[in-house]
Amino acid sequence: MCLAVPGKVLAIRDDRGTRMATVDFGGVQKEICLAYLPEVVVGDYTIVHVGFAIAKVDEASALETLQMFRDLGIDLDEELGTRQSGALT
Amino acid sequence: MKYLDEFRDPQLAGRIFADIERITTKPWAIMEVCGGQTHAIIRNGIDQLLPEQIELIHGPGCPVCVTPLGVIDKALDIASRPDVIFCSFGDMLRVPGTHRDLFQVRSTGGDVRVVYSPLDAVRLAEQHPDKQVVFFAIGFETTAPANAMSVHQAEQRHVTNYSVLVSHVLVPPAIEALVSSPTNRVNGFLAAGHVCSVMGCWQYEPLVERFHVPIVVTGFEPLDVLEGIRRVVIQLEAGEARLENAYPRVVQHEGNVPAQKMLADVFEVCDRQWRGIGEIPRSGWRLSDRYREFDAESRFDVSEIKSPESSICRSGEVLQGLIKPNQCEAFGKECTPRKPLGATMVSSEGACAAYYQYRRLDVPDPSSTFDAATSRGVIDAVRLPSTAPIAVAMPARRG
Ligand code: SF4
Repeated sequence: MCLAVPGKVLAIRDDRGTRMATVDFGGVQKEICLAYLPEVVVGDYTIVHVGFAIAKVDEASALETLQMFRDLGIDLDEELGTRQSGALT
Repeated sequence: MKYLDEFRDPQLAGRIFADIERITTKPWAIMEVCGGQTHAIIRNGIDQLLPEQIELIHGPGCPVCVTPLGVIDKALDIASRPDVIFCSFGDMLRVPGTHRDLFQVRSTGGDVRVVYSPLDAVRLAEQHPDKQVVFFAIGFETTAPANAMSVHQAEQRHVTNYSVLVSHVLVPPAIEALVSSPTNRVNGFLAAGHVCSVMGCWQYEPLVERFHVPIVVTGFEPLDVLEGIRRVVIQLEAGEARLENAYPRVVQHEGNVPAQKMLADVFEVCDRQWRGIGEIPRSGWRLSDRYREFDAESRFDVSEIKSPESSICRSGEVLQGLIKPNQCEAFGKECTPRKPLGATMVSSEGACAAYYQYRRLDVPDPSSTFDAATSRGVIDAVRLPSTAPIAVAMPARRG
């Protein structure tokens, strides 16, 4: 039950004082409470758990982490590559 | 869906695996606290692809699994009353009480309903003023803000026929209980990212300092879990202990402040019993004085119900990382997800159910895991969107 998943905010409305949103999860849409993320706007990605958006997904940081993964071991690759080509010549 | 596929990329997984392989020189036991991470680890075969010095211990982070039998029996008692609509998250329905489960209560006429959000339960209460609507408020800090909001909303809207059966549990006191136990084998922790997205990272600083244990806030996709492990290993190999956030796209250091404010208003810290572990001081939440009238336990007078746990089930040892699920004699025999003896077999996030579902029926032979990983069975189990299994993208390990 702890699984929380990212979804995209499609529309925001007020339900008797509670901020609610329609959130899309890869084609499935659900009504989600936005009370804990007052700064969220339409188009944002949020982590949703039991009907509540609990955190915004930060794009810049996601891209940075992915880039860090791509760079992992690059130095090592280069080092090995140089050594290998050195051995060939 | 954005940032799901990206964080399941087998090529990048291969890079992280290779880096972990490169930096690991000693044996380390790392605990993932959260059941969601246990599920991701077993489903993706991550534990079997790691260097053999690294052991993953599956922690007590499945709220369904740690909810005490006595609380389940209280829920069953309340749910079988004729004037009650009992609402719960779906995975509580099959959790066995002493004599039956919520499904059986429903089949004998009880009005038991599965809701997606606790706010749905408040709405039901508004629609059925002649009934008592009770919500089974269990979970860790991730779920608590939703449950707190339901109580707050009921108060705001004067919904007097709504109440909650609360059994909330907190992660930091559980980690503290684990590391201070004389049988502790855990060298470093992956803290549950979504708990931290609500509560922030700062709660873990005192634990890191006091016990000199690395804690890395970790997400739930395969690459997130791998990165959490990698960061813990870097610290352990360097003899360091720091709090790190390996899930910065979702977790901010301060957490979700509006949610923390609501939690502080609706709940107060209390001692809490953990199924299979026992009582951990100051490890749970109950309703605060201001909201005490919404407490189902006193409204239905069930506080006296106490229940002894199954004597065969070893889920307590599983939850503390002392045995793996398949070392329990009942695993896969008397105890299966269809007929669970203990709560760790009920929830798909429970370690026993995860092992059963992904067919870890025998103690794995470490020397065969790499070959096994390239076989069809594990490719299915890896279930990554690409056709390439993690193993193909990584360099051959262990010579
Ligand atoms: S396999 Fe079943 S009986 Fe054994 S520890 Fe797990 S839940 Fe308990």
